[in-house]
Amino acid sequence: MTFIQRSEPFSVQLGDKLPHREFKPDNVQLFLYNAILWNAHRIHFDETYTTEVEGYPGLVIAGPMIGDWLHQCVEDWLDGEGRLVSMEYSNRITAYIGETLHCGGNVIALDSDSKEARVEVFIKNEAGGIVAPGEATVLFAEKG
Amino acid sequence: MKTLLSNELLENIGRQSCPQRELVTRRDIKKYAVAVGALQSKYVEGDQAPPLFHIALFWDVVGLNTLSTDGLSKDPLLPKFPLSRAMAGGSRIDYIHDIYPGDWLTATRTLTNIYEKKGHSGPLIFYEVDMEIINDAGELVIKEKKTSILR
Repeated sequence: MTFIQRSEPFSVQLGDKLPHREFKPDNVQLFLYNAILWNAHRIHFDETYTTEVEGYPGLVIAGPMIGDWLHQCVEDWLDGEGRLVSMEYSNRITAYIGETLHCGGNVIALDSDSKEARVEVFIKNEAGGIVAPGEATVLFAEKG
Repeated sequence: MKTLLSNELLENIGRQSCPQRELVTRRDIKKYAVAVGALQSKYVEGDQAPPLFHIALFWDVVGLNTLSTDGLSKDPLLPKFPLSRAMAGGSRIDYIHDIYPGDWLTATRTLTNIYEKKGHSGPLIFYEVDMEIINDAGELVIKEKKTSILR
């Protein structure tokens, strides 16, 4: 069986699950996120504009913030024991304030020579739809 | 097949933004980490920048008079496309070096590709923007490829 020693006596194996976490942002969190970016897109803070002009059912959770949660899913699992070296993700389903989102994932490939693992991660909505799928590469020790 | 992509439009491939140099501060890291609900103390305390912090660091600080009614501003890197409705795209980000308070980072964005695909309900235009972030030693810190879709 292919496996990697992380730090004694920890090991990572194919199919290992990443811990689930729940995200239920409110409009204060969404405001603070877009404020630190300097993102004035009204669909993130102006509910009247968002529903009446743009036709969305509610304030739209910012796509990059959902992307951040995918990163957190991997990093919280690593807990400082490895390094996230790449992430590929997309935003597939629009999510709105009031929804509860969940993250999770699992280990899909291991390379014991390079000490790298590929991890599939996702953010799902309450209906089980994949809001944002992602794939990360993590490194458990410096090469060489 | 008739294409939406004129030669004039495709000539914009390779267009590059002016390099943008910014200082990473502990305060901005903390604000970002709190806003995204980060749990790890190194991020919440501002000792190290979390992975997607560069999005906040390099988001254009535009003037209020440049915002349109929806609150967005035009990206000066992009040409006028014949389609305008944005669909969700994707990103690939390579993290080469960690980022700490006090780091000066410089980002350069390049429009690297424009192409067309046939969608279920009509043509789609894809475009790719690469962002390279280097430190003051000239080392590559982050490399990002963002693919956007218009319909």
